[in-house]
Amino acid sequence: MLSLYAAVGRRSFRRYSTYTAATLAGIFTNSVFGLIYSFAYIALWDNAPDAGGYDTIDAVTFVWLGQALLMTVALWGGGTTDDLSERIRSGDIAIDLYRPTGLVGWYLAGDLGRATYHLVTRGLGPTFIGLLFFHIRLPSSPLDAAAFAVSLVLAVVVSFGLRFVVASSAFWLLDSSGARFLSGAFAIFFSGMMLPLVLFPGWLGTLARALPWSAIIQVPNDIWLGQYDGWALLGALGFQALWVALLLGLCEAVLRAATRKVVVQGG
Amino acid sequence: MADTHTATRRQSGAFAMRSYSDIARLWVRASLAYPASFALMTVSGFLITGLDFVALWLMFTHLTDLGGFSLIQIALLYGASSVGLRVADLLIGSVEQIGLHVRTGRLDQMLTRPVPLLVQVCADNFSLRRFGQISQAVIVFAWGCFAVDWNPPRVLVAVLMVVSSGVIFFGLFVGFSCVQFWTTDSTEFANAFTYGGNTITQYPLSIYPQELTKSLTFLLPIAFVNWYPCLYLLGVDDPFGLPSWLQFCSPVAAAVVLGGALLAWRTGVRHYTSTGS
Repeated sequence: MLSLYAAVGRRSFRRYSTYTAATLAGIFTNSVFGLIYSFAYIALWDNAPDAGGYDTIDAVTFVWLGQALLMTVALWGGGTTDDLSERIRSGDIAIDLYRPTGLVGWYLAGDLGRATYHLVTRGLGPTFIGLLFFHIRLPSSPLDAAAFAVSLVLAVVVSFGLRFVVASSAFWLLDSSGARFLSGAFAIFFSGMMLPLVLFPGWLGTLARALPWSAIIQVPNDIWLGQYDGWALLGALGFQALWVALLLGLCEAVLRAATRKVVVQGG
Repeated sequence: MADTHTATRRQSGAFAMRSYSDIARLWVRASLAYPASFALMTVSGFLITGLDFVALWLMFTHLTDLGGFSLIQIALLYGASSVGLRVADLLIGSVEQIGLHVRTGRLDQMLTRPVPLLVQVCADNFSLRRFGQISQAVIVFAWGCFAVDWNPPRVLVAVLMVVSSGVIFFGLFVGFSCVQFWTTDSTEFANAFTYGGNTITQYPLSIYPQELTKSLTFLLPIAFVNWYPCLYLLGVDDPFGLPSWLQFCSPVAAAVVLGGALLAWRTGVRHYTSTGS
Protein backbone atom coordinates (compact mmCIF):
# COMPACT_ATOMS: atom_id res chain seq x y z
CA MET A 1 0.00 0.00 0.00
CA LEU A 2 2.79 2.33 0.97
CA SER A 3 4.68 1.48 -2.22
CA LEU A 4 1.60 2.45 -4.22
CA TYR A 5 1.55 5.90 -2.66
CA ALA A 6 5.30 6.19 -3.19
CA ALA A 7 4.76 5.39 -6.88
CA VAL A 8 2.02 8.03 -7.15
CA GLY A 9 4.30 10.57 -5.48
CA ARG A 10 7.25 9.74 -7.73
CA ARG A 11 5.18 10.16 -10.87
CA SER A 12 3.78 13.42 -9.66
CA PHE A 13 7.34 14.63 -9.07
CA ARG A 14 8.26 13.73 -12.64
CA ARG A 15 5.14 15.33 -14.03
CA TYR A 16 6.06 18.70 -12.56
CA SER A 17 9.70 18.40 -13.55
CA THR A 18 8.81 18.55 -17.27
CA TYR A 19 8.39 22.30 -17.29
CA THR A 20 11.93 23.63 -16.90
CA ALA A 21 11.42 27.09 -18.41
CA ALA A 22 8.38 27.60 -16.17
CA THR A 23 10.45 26.61 -13.14
CA LEU A 24 13.27 29.01 -14.01
CA ALA A 25 10.80 31.83 -14.66
CA GLY A 26 9.18 31.07 -11.30
CA ILE A 27 12.50 31.19 -9.44
CA PHE A 28 13.24 34.53 -11.09
CA THR A 29 9.87 35.93 -10.04
CA ASN A 30 10.18 34.64 -6.47
CA SER A 31 13.59 36.28 -6.25
CA VAL A 32 12.28 39.63 -7.51
CA PHE A 33 9.54 39.60 -4.87
CA GLY A 34 12.06 38.50 -2.24
CA LEU A 35 14.20 41.49 -3.13
CA ILE A 36 11.29 43.94 -2.90
CA TYR A 37 10.04 42.65 0.45
CA SER A 38 13.57 42.52 1.87
CA PHE A 39 14.03 46.24 1.29
CA ALA A 40 10.57 46.97 2.67
CA TYR A 41 11.30 44.99 5.84
CA ILE A 42 14.77 46.49 6.22
CA ALA A 43 13.14 49.94 6.14
CA LEU A 44 10.53 48.79 8.66
CA TRP A 45 13.04 47.27 11.09
CA ASP A 46 15.39 50.25 10.71
CA ASN A 47 12.59 52.41 12.09
CA ALA A 48 11.29 49.89 14.61
CA PRO A 49 14.18 47.63 15.71
CA ASP A 50 13.03 44.39 17.34
CA ALA A 51 9.42 44.81 16.16
CA GLY A 52 7.60 41.56 16.94
CA GLY A 53 10.72 40.15 18.60
CA TYR A 54 12.60 39.88 15.29
CA ASP A 55 15.76 41.71 14.33
CA THR A 56 16.51 42.84 10.77
CA ILE A 57 18.29 39.58 9.87
CA ASP A 58 15.33 37.55 11.16
CA ALA A 59 12.97 39.67 9.09
CA VAL A 60 14.97 39.32 5.86
CA THR A 61 15.37 35.59 6.47
CA PHE A 62 11.59 35.41 6.96
CA VAL A 63 11.07 36.99 3.53
CA TRP A 64 13.30 34.53 1.69
CA LEU A 65 11.90 31.54 3.58
CA GLY A 66 8.45 32.70 2.55
CA GLN A 67 9.46 32.92 -1.12
CA ALA A 68 11.07 29.48 -0.89
CA LEU A 69 8.01 27.90 0.74
CA LEU A 70 5.35 29.67 -1.34
CA MET A 71 5.26 27.02 -4.06
CA THR A 72 6.37 24.12 -1.89
CA VAL A 73 3.31 24.46 0.33
CA ALA A 74 1.18 25.64 -2.65
CA LEU A 75 -0.06 28.56 -0.58
CA TRP A 76 -1.94 30.16 -3.47
CA GLY A 77 -3.55 26.87 -4.40
CA GLY A 78 -2.58 24.62 -7.26
CA GLY A 79 -1.16 21.14 -6.85
CA THR A 80 -3.14 17.94 -7.13
CA THR A 81 -6.19 19.52 -5.49
CA ASP A 82 -6.68 21.58 -8.66
CA ASP A 83 -6.89 18.31 -10.60
CA LEU A 84 -9.41 17.10 -8.05
CA SER A 85 -11.75 20.04 -8.54
CA GLU A 86 -11.47 19.79 -12.32
CA ARG A 87 -12.28 16.08 -12.17
CA ILE A 88 -15.30 16.76 -9.98
CA ARG A 89 -16.56 19.34 -12.47
CA SER A 90 -16.03 17.04 -15.44
CA GLY A 91 -17.39 13.95 -13.68
CA ASP A 92 -14.12 11.99 -13.95
CA ILE A 93 -14.16 11.81 -10.17
CA ALA A 94 -16.42 8.76 -10.58
CA ILE A 95 -13.39 6.86 -11.92
CA ASP A 96 -11.31 7.95 -8.92
CA LEU A 97 -14.00 6.65 -6.59
CA TYR A 98 -13.82 3.18 -8.19
CA ARG A 99 -10.16 2.84 -7.27
CA PRO A 100 -9.43 0.44 -4.43
CA THR A 101 -7.42 3.13 -2.62
CA GLY A 102 -8.51 6.04 -0.49
CA LEU A 103 -9.06 9.22 -2.46
CA VAL A 104 -7.44 11.44 0.17
CA GLY A 105 -4.30 9.31 0.32
CA TRP A 106 -4.06 9.15 -3.47
CA TYR A 107 -4.18 12.92 -3.88
CA LEU A 108 -2.00 13.54 -0.82
CA ALA A 109 0.72 11.25 -2.21
CA GLY A 110 0.62 13.15 -5.50
CA ASP A 111 0.80 16.46 -3.68
CA LEU A 112 3.80 15.36 -1.62
CA GLY A 113 5.58 14.40 -4.86
CA ARG A 114 4.81 17.85 -6.25
CA ALA A 115 5.98 19.52 -3.04
CA THR A 116 9.29 17.65 -3.17
CA TYR A 117 9.89 18.87 -6.69
CA HIS A 118 9.00 22.44 -5.79
CA LEU A 119 11.20 22.29 -2.68
CA VAL A 120 14.35 21.32 -4.57
CA THR A 121 13.72 23.85 -7.36
CA ARG A 122 11.48 26.72 -6.30
CA GLY A 123 12.64 26.35 -2.70
CA LEU A 124 16.40 26.12 -3.11
CA GLY A 125 16.56 28.58 -6.04
CA PRO A 126 15.37 31.72 -4.25
CA THR A 127 17.18 30.68 -1.05
CA PHE A 128 20.45 30.67 -2.99
CA ILE A 129 19.71 34.13 -4.45
CA GLY A 130 18.79 35.41 -1.01
CA LEU A 131 22.03 34.09 0.49
CA LEU A 132 23.95 35.76 -2.30
CA PHE A 133 22.50 39.25 -1.81
CA PHE A 134 21.47 39.44 1.84
CA HIS A 135 22.59 38.39 5.26
CA ILE A 136 20.39 35.41 6.07
CA ARG A 137 20.15 33.35 9.24
CA LEU A 138 20.62 29.58 9.03
CA PRO A 139 19.25 27.14 11.61
CA SER A 140 21.45 27.45 14.67
CA SER A 141 21.47 23.76 15.62
CA PRO A 142 20.97 20.36 13.97
CA LEU A 143 17.91 19.98 16.21
CA ASP A 144 16.32 23.12 14.73
CA ALA A 145 17.17 21.95 11.21
CA ALA A 146 15.60 18.53 11.83
CA ALA A 147 12.54 20.12 13.44
CA PHE A 148 12.21 22.41 10.42
CA ALA A 149 12.23 19.40 8.09
CA VAL A 150 9.42 17.74 10.08
CA SER A 151 7.56 21.02 10.30
CA LEU A 152 7.77 21.50 6.54
CA VAL A 153 6.13 18.14 5.85
CA LEU A 154 3.37 18.97 8.32
CA ALA A 155 2.97 22.40 6.66
CA VAL A 156 2.44 20.78 3.25
CA VAL A 157 -0.16 18.41 4.70
CA VAL A 158 -2.04 21.22 6.48
CA SER A 159 -2.09 23.18 3.23
CA PHE A 160 -3.22 20.06 1.36
CA GLY A 161 -6.05 19.48 3.84
CA LEU A 162 -7.35 23.01 3.39
CA ARG A 163 -7.06 22.85 -0.39
CA PHE A 164 -8.74 19.43 -0.54
CA VAL A 165 -11.75 20.64 1.43
CA VAL A 166 -12.01 23.78 -0.70
CA ALA A 167 -11.67 21.81 -3.95
CA SER A 168 -14.41 19.45 -2.73
CA SER A 169 -16.80 22.37 -2.69
CA ALA A 170 -17.06 21.64 -6.43
CA PHE A 171 -19.34 18.71 -5.49
CA TRP A 172 -21.90 21.32 -4.50
CA LEU A 173 -20.89 24.45 -6.45
CA LEU A 174 -19.73 22.58 -9.61
CA ASP A 175 -17.09 25.25 -10.16
CA SER A 176 -14.80 25.69 -7.18
CA SER A 177 -12.56 28.40 -8.62
CA GLY A 178 -14.28 31.14 -6.58
CA ALA A 179 -13.86 29.23 -3.35
CA ARG A 180 -10.24 28.43 -4.20
CA PHE A 181 -9.47 32.05 -4.94
CA LEU A 182 -11.03 33.17 -1.65
CA SER A 183 -9.17 30.51 0.28
CA GLY A 184 -5.93 31.63 -1.37
CA ALA A 185 -6.58 35.20 -0.21
CA PHE A 186 -6.97 34.08 3.39
CA ALA A 187 -3.96 31.80 3.14
CA ILE A 188 -1.65 34.60 1.95
CA PHE A 189 -2.77 36.93 4.72
CA PHE A 190 -3.13 34.59 7.70
CA SER A 191 -0.06 32.44 7.00
CA GLY A 192 2.32 35.34 7.61
CA MET A 193 3.30 35.47 3.94
CA MET A 194 2.14 39.05 3.54
CA LEU A 195 3.40 40.23 6.89
CA PRO A 196 4.88 38.09 9.69
CA LEU A 197 2.12 37.27 12.18
CA VAL A 198 4.37 38.51 15.01
CA LEU A 199 3.57 42.04 13.81
CA PHE A 200 -0.20 41.54 14.04
CA PRO A 201 -1.43 43.49 17.06
CA GLY A 202 -3.57 42.26 19.99
CA TRP A 203 -6.48 39.90 19.41
CA LEU A 204 -5.85 39.78 15.67
CA GLY A 205 -2.39 38.39 16.36
CA THR A 206 -3.75 35.82 18.81
CA LEU A 207 -6.45 34.75 16.37
CA ALA A 208 -4.08 34.56 13.40
CA ARG A 209 -1.63 32.41 15.30
CA ALA A 210 -4.34 29.91 16.26
CA LEU A 211 -5.74 29.45 12.73
CA PRO A 212 -4.48 26.60 10.53
CA TRP A 213 -2.81 28.95 8.03
CA SER A 214 -0.18 29.93 10.60
CA ALA A 215 0.96 26.28 10.56
CA ILE A 216 1.86 26.69 6.88
CA ILE A 217 4.40 29.54 6.92
CA GLN A 218 4.74 31.23 10.31
CA VAL A 219 5.47 28.11 12.37
CA PRO A 220 8.10 26.55 10.06
CA ASN A 221 9.78 29.95 9.68
CA ASP A 222 9.89 30.49 13.44
CA ILE A 223 11.43 27.05 13.89
CA TRP A 224 14.08 27.90 11.29
CA LEU A 225 14.78 31.18 13.07
CA GLY A 226 15.19 29.37 16.40
CA GLN A 227 12.27 31.12 18.09
CA TYR A 228 11.30 27.94 19.95
CA ASP A 229 13.41 26.01 22.48
CA GLY A 230 12.80 22.68 24.18
CA TRP A 231 9.15 22.06 24.98
CA ALA A 232 8.01 25.07 22.98
CA LEU A 233 9.52 23.45 19.88
CA LEU A 234 7.56 20.28 20.56
CA GLY A 235 4.47 22.41 21.17
CA ALA A 236 4.87 24.12 17.78
CA LEU A 237 5.11 20.78 15.99
CA GLY A 238 2.17 19.53 18.06
CA PHE A 239 0.10 22.52 16.94
CA GLN A 240 0.79 21.61 13.31
CA ALA A 241 0.09 17.92 13.94
CA LEU A 242 -3.23 18.83 15.55
CA TRP A 243 -4.32 20.73 12.44
CA VAL A 244 -3.13 17.85 10.24
CA ALA A 245 -5.35 15.44 12.17
CA LEU A 246 -8.35 17.78 12.18
CA LEU A 247 -8.10 18.67 8.51
CA LEU A 248 -7.53 15.13 7.23
CA GLY A 249 -10.52 14.05 9.31
CA LEU A 250 -12.53 16.84 7.74
CA CYS A 251 -11.40 15.76 4.25
CA GLU A 252 -12.75 12.25 4.89
CA ALA A 253 -16.01 13.60 6.28
CA VAL A 254 -16.55 15.95 3.35
CA LEU A 255 -15.79 13.14 0.94
CA ARG A 256 -18.32 10.84 2.63
CA ALA A 257 -21.00 13.51 2.39
CA ALA A 258 -20.08 14.23 -1.23
CA THR A 259 -20.03 10.58 -2.27
CA ARG A 260 -23.63 10.22 -1.19
CA LYS A 261 -24.45 13.13 -3.46
CA VAL A 262 -22.66 11.58 -6.43
CA VAL A 263 -24.69 8.41 -5.99
CA VAL A 264 -27.92 10.38 -5.76
CA GLN A 265 -27.05 12.10 -9.06
CA GLY A 266 -26.66 8.70 -10.65
CA GLY A 267 -22.90 8.95 -11.07
CA MET B 1 -5.34 58.86 -51.17
CA ALA B 2 -4.08 59.85 -47.74
CA ASP B 3 -7.69 60.44 -46.73
CA THR B 4 -8.81 56.94 -47.65
CA HIS B 5 -5.81 55.60 -45.79
CA THR B 6 -6.74 57.35 -42.53
CA ALA B 7 -10.36 56.36 -43.08
CA THR B 8 -9.46 52.67 -43.36
CA ARG B 9 -7.27 52.93 -40.32
CA ARG B 10 -10.03 54.54 -38.30
CA GLN B 11 -12.38 51.85 -39.54
CA SER B 12 -10.04 49.05 -38.57
CA GLY B 13 -9.58 50.65 -35.17
CA ALA B 14 -13.34 50.72 -34.65
CA PHE B 15 -13.55 47.14 -35.90
CA ALA B 16 -10.90 46.05 -33.41
CA MET B 17 -12.79 47.72 -30.57
CA ARG B 18 -16.05 46.15 -31.63
CA SER B 19 -14.47 42.70 -31.90
CA TYR B 20 -12.93 43.16 -28.48
CA SER B 21 -16.24 44.03 -26.87
CA ASP B 22 -18.01 41.17 -28.67
CA ILE B 23 -15.52 38.61 -27.40
CA ALA B 24 -15.48 40.17 -23.93
CA ARG B 25 -19.28 40.01 -23.73
CA LEU B 26 -19.25 36.31 -24.52
CA TRP B 27 -16.79 35.68 -21.70
CA VAL B 28 -18.87 37.73 -19.27
CA ARG B 29 -21.90 35.60 -20.10
CA ALA B 30 -19.84 32.44 -19.69
CA SER B 31 -18.54 33.50 -16.29
CA LEU B 32 -22.08 34.20 -15.10
CA ALA B 33 -22.97 30.56 -15.80
CA TYR B 34 -21.66 29.74 -12.31
CA PRO B 35 -23.08 32.70 -10.36
CA ALA B 36 -21.91 31.56 -6.91
CA SER B 37 -18.38 31.14 -8.14
CA PHE B 38 -18.46 34.49 -9.93
CA ALA B 39 -19.64 36.30 -6.79
CA LEU B 40 -16.98 34.59 -4.67
CA MET B 41 -14.26 35.49 -7.16
CA THR B 42 -15.26 39.16 -7.24
CA VAL B 43 -15.46 39.40 -3.48
CA SER B 44 -12.17 37.59 -2.99
CA GLY B 45 -10.50 39.78 -5.58
CA PHE B 46 -11.53 42.78 -3.51
CA LEU B 47 -10.50 41.00 -0.34
CA ILE B 48 -7.09 39.79 -1.45
CA THR B 49 -5.97 43.20 -2.60
CA GLY B 50 -7.74 44.73 0.39
CA LEU B 51 -5.78 42.53 2.80
CA ASP B 52 -2.66 43.62 0.97
CA PHE B 53 -3.34 47.17 2.10
CA VAL B 54 -4.34 45.99 5.58
CA ALA B 55 -0.85 44.47 5.85
CA LEU B 56 0.62 47.87 5.01
CA TRP B 57 -1.60 49.45 7.63
CA LEU B 58 -0.53 46.85 10.20
CA MET B 59 3.09 47.75 9.43
CA PHE B 60 2.23 51.27 10.50
CA THR B 61 1.16 50.09 13.95
CA HIS B 62 4.95 49.82 14.47
CA LEU B 63 5.93 52.90 12.44
CA THR B 64 5.20 56.58 11.96
CA ASP B 65 6.75 56.73 8.51
CA LEU B 66 8.28 54.39 5.95
CA GLY B 67 11.09 55.88 3.90
CA GLY B 68 9.91 59.35 4.97
CA PHE B 69 6.29 58.85 3.87
CA SER B 70 3.17 58.62 6.04
CA LEU B 71 0.47 55.98 5.55
CA ILE B 72 -1.89 58.31 3.68
CA GLN B 73 0.91 59.40 1.35
CA ILE B 74 1.74 55.76 0.71
CA ALA B 75 -1.95 55.20 -0.01
CA LEU B 76 -1.64 57.70 -2.85
CA LEU B 77 1.38 55.86 -4.26
CA TYR B 78 -0.29 52.48 -3.78
CA GLY B 79 -3.56 53.63 -5.33
CA ALA B 80 -2.00 55.23 -8.41
CA SER B 81 0.06 52.14 -9.18
CA SER B 82 -2.73 49.67 -8.43
CA VAL B 83 -5.47 51.44 -10.40
CA GLY B 84 -3.17 51.36 -13.43
CA LEU B 85 -2.24 47.71 -12.96
CA ARG B 86 -5.77 46.50 -12.26
CA VAL B 87 -7.36 48.31 -15.20
CA ALA B 88 -4.64 47.00 -17.53
CA ASP B 89 -5.12 43.54 -16.01
CA LEU B 90 -8.88 43.65 -16.64
CA LEU B 91 -8.53 44.82 -20.24
CA ILE B 92 -5.53 42.87 -21.49
CA GLY B 93 -4.22 40.69 -18.64
CA SER B 94 -5.13 37.56 -20.60
CA VAL B 95 -2.20 38.24 -22.91
CA GLU B 96 -0.06 36.36 -20.39
CA GLN B 97 -1.75 33.15 -21.54
CA ILE B 98 -0.08 33.45 -24.94
CA GLY B 99 2.24 30.52 -24.21
CA LEU B 100 -0.79 28.32 -23.51
CA HIS B 101 -2.27 29.25 -26.90
CA VAL B 102 1.03 28.38 -28.57
CA ARG B 103 1.21 25.02 -26.77
CA THR B 104 -2.38 24.00 -27.46
CA GLY B 105 -2.30 25.22 -31.06
CA ARG B 106 -5.13 27.70 -30.43
CA LEU B 107 -2.91 30.47 -31.74
CA ASP B 108 -3.07 28.91 -35.20
CA GLN B 109 -6.87 29.02 -35.08
CA MET B 110 -6.74 32.63 -33.96
CA LEU B 111 -4.40 33.58 -36.79
CA THR B 112 -6.92 32.37 -39.36
CA ARG B 113 -9.71 34.56 -37.98
CA PRO B 114 -10.31 38.00 -39.48
CA VAL B 115 -9.76 39.78 -36.15
CA PRO B 116 -6.40 41.26 -35.04
CA LEU B 117 -4.47 38.68 -33.04
CA LEU B 118 -3.68 41.02 -30.15
CA VAL B 119 -7.39 41.80 -29.76
CA GLN B 120 -8.27 38.10 -29.65
CA VAL B 121 -5.56 37.23 -27.16
CA CYS B 122 -6.37 40.16 -24.86
CA ALA B 123 -10.14 39.70 -24.94
CA ASP B 124 -9.81 35.96 -24.36
CA ASN B 125 -11.10 34.94 -20.94
CA PHE B 126 -12.16 38.54 -20.17
CA SER B 127 -12.82 38.54 -16.42
CA LEU B 128 -15.40 40.99 -15.20
CA ARG B 129 -14.70 39.81 -11.66
CA ARG B 130 -11.52 41.90 -11.72
CA PHE B 131 -13.78 44.88 -10.93
CA GLY B 132 -13.42 43.71 -7.33
CA GLN B 133 -9.72 44.50 -7.43
CA ILE B 134 -10.20 47.74 -9.36
CA SER B 135 -12.67 49.04 -6.79
CA GLN B 136 -10.23 48.29 -3.96
CA ALA B 137 -7.49 50.23 -5.77
CA VAL B 138 -9.84 53.15 -6.42
CA ILE B 139 -10.87 53.33 -2.75
CA VAL B 140 -7.24 53.42 -1.57
CA PHE B 141 -6.40 56.03 -4.22
CA ALA B 142 -9.38 58.18 -3.23
CA TRP B 143 -8.22 58.13 0.39
CA GLY B 144 -4.66 58.95 -0.66
CA CYS B 145 -5.96 62.00 -2.55
CA PHE B 146 -6.64 63.66 0.81
CA ALA B 147 -2.87 63.90 1.29
CA VAL B 148 -2.65 66.33 -1.63
CA ASP B 149 -3.09 70.09 -1.48
CA TRP B 150 -4.97 70.38 -4.78
CA ASN B 151 -4.58 73.05 -7.46
CA PRO B 152 -5.26 72.89 -11.24
CA PRO B 153 -1.74 71.80 -12.35
CA ARG B 154 -1.77 69.04 -9.76
CA VAL B 155 -5.16 67.80 -10.99
CA LEU B 156 -3.71 67.63 -14.49
CA VAL B 157 -0.60 65.76 -13.32
CA ALA B 158 -2.79 63.33 -11.33
CA VAL B 159 -4.98 62.56 -14.34
CA LEU B 160 -1.93 62.05 -16.58
CA MET B 161 -0.39 59.86 -13.87
CA VAL B 162 -3.31 57.44 -13.71
CA VAL B 163 -3.61 57.20 -17.50
CA SER B 164 0.17 56.72 -17.90
CA SER B 165 0.17 54.12 -15.15
CA GLY B 166 -2.45 52.10 -17.02
CA VAL B 167 -0.55 52.43 -20.31
CA ILE B 168 2.78 51.47 -18.73
CA PHE B 169 1.30 48.34 -17.18
CA PHE B 170 -0.43 47.58 -20.49
CA GLY B 171 3.00 47.73 -22.12
CA LEU B 172 4.60 45.55 -19.45
CA PHE B 173 1.90 42.89 -19.77
CA VAL B 174 2.17 42.74 -23.55
CA GLY B 175 5.93 43.23 -23.84
CA PHE B 176 7.04 40.64 -21.33
CA SER B 177 4.42 38.10 -22.42
CA CYS B 178 6.09 38.11 -25.84
CA VAL B 179 8.97 36.14 -24.31
CA GLN B 180 6.58 33.19 -24.48
CA PHE B 181 6.70 33.18 -28.27
CA TRP B 182 10.18 31.76 -27.71
CA THR B 183 9.82 29.84 -24.43
CA THR B 184 6.07 28.90 -24.48
CA ASP B 185 5.86 28.05 -20.77
CA SER B 186 7.21 30.91 -18.70
CA THR B 187 4.07 32.85 -17.77
CA GLU B 188 5.54 33.73 -14.41
CA PHE B 189 8.48 35.61 -15.93
CA ALA B 190 6.17 38.47 -16.92
CA ASN B 191 4.68 38.51 -13.42
CA ALA B 192 7.99 39.71 -12.03
CA PHE B 193 7.56 42.91 -14.04
CA THR B 194 3.79 43.39 -13.96
CA TYR B 195 2.77 42.36 -10.44
CA GLY B 196 6.36 42.88 -9.29
CA GLY B 197 6.31 46.37 -10.77
CA ASN B 198 3.10 47.02 -8.90
CA THR B 199 4.47 45.70 -5.59
CA ILE B 200 7.74 47.62 -5.88
CA THR B 201 5.88 50.90 -6.47
CA GLN B 202 3.45 50.30 -3.61
CA TYR B 203 6.24 51.42 -1.31
CA PRO B 204 8.03 54.77 -1.63
CA LEU B 205 11.11 54.23 -3.78
CA SER B 206 13.17 55.97 -1.08
CA ILE B 207 13.43 52.62 0.75
CA TYR B 208 15.40 51.05 -2.11
CA PRO B 209 19.07 51.54 -3.03
CA GLN B 210 19.72 54.39 -5.44
CA GLU B 211 20.81 52.04 -8.24
CA LEU B 212 17.44 50.28 -8.18
CA THR B 213 15.52 53.55 -8.38
CA LYS B 214 17.69 54.73 -11.26
CA SER B 215 17.12 51.45 -13.10
CA LEU B 216 13.38 51.89 -12.61
CA THR B 217 13.69 55.38 -14.07
CA PHE B 218 16.02 55.04 -17.04
CA LEU B 219 16.17 51.32 -17.81
CA LEU B 220 12.61 50.14 -17.31
CA PRO B 221 10.60 53.26 -16.45
CA ILE B 222 8.22 51.71 -13.92
CA ALA B 223 8.89 54.54 -11.44
CA PHE B 224 6.74 56.81 -13.62
CA VAL B 225 3.52 54.94 -12.76
CA ASN B 226 3.38 56.84 -9.48
CA TRP B 227 6.67 57.89 -7.89
CA TYR B 228 7.66 60.98 -9.90
CA PRO B 229 4.17 62.45 -10.37
CA CYS B 230 3.40 61.78 -6.68
CA LEU B 231 6.52 63.68 -5.61
CA TYR B 232 5.03 66.65 -7.47
CA LEU B 233 1.51 66.11 -6.07
CA LEU B 234 2.83 65.90 -2.51
CA GLY B 235 5.36 68.69 -2.97
CA VAL B 236 8.17 66.45 -1.71
CA ASP B 237 11.78 66.92 -2.84
CA ASP B 238 13.27 63.96 -4.69
CA PRO B 239 15.15 61.97 -2.00
CA PHE B 240 17.72 60.94 -4.62
CA GLY B 241 18.18 64.49 -5.90
CA LEU B 242 17.13 63.63 -9.47
CA PRO B 243 15.91 66.55 -11.64
CA SER B 244 12.38 67.74 -10.95
CA TRP B 245 11.34 67.79 -14.62
CA LEU B 246 11.19 63.99 -14.40
CA GLN B 247 8.01 64.53 -12.39
CA PHE B 248 6.18 65.56 -15.57
CA CYS B 249 7.56 62.80 -17.78
CA SER B 250 5.06 60.00 -17.10
CA PRO B 251 3.31 60.35 -20.48
CA VAL B 252 6.68 60.17 -22.24
CA ALA B 253 7.64 57.04 -20.31
CA ALA B 254 4.23 55.54 -21.15
CA ALA B 255 4.75 56.22 -24.84
CA VAL B 256 8.21 54.63 -24.75
CA VAL B 257 6.99 51.50 -22.94
CA LEU B 258 3.99 51.15 -25.25
CA GLY B 259 6.18 51.54 -28.33
CA GLY B 260 8.63 48.95 -27.05
CA ALA B 261 5.84 46.53 -26.23
CA LEU B 262 4.20 46.79 -29.64
CA LEU B 263 7.56 46.29 -31.30
CA ALA B 264 8.16 43.19 -29.16
CA TRP B 265 4.72 41.92 -30.10
CA ARG B 266 5.37 42.35 -33.82
CA THR B 267 8.73 40.65 -33.56
CA GLY B 268 7.18 37.82 -31.55
CA VAL B 269 4.35 37.20 -33.99
CA ARG B 270 6.75 37.25 -36.95
CA HIS B 271 9.04 34.83 -35.18
CA TYR B 272 6.16 32.49 -34.42
CA THR B 273 6.16 29.19 -36.18
CA SER B 274 3.45 26.80 -35.17
CA THR B 275 4.27 23.92 -32.85
CA GLY B 276 2.85 21.79 -35.62
CA SER B 277 0.62 19.78 -33.31
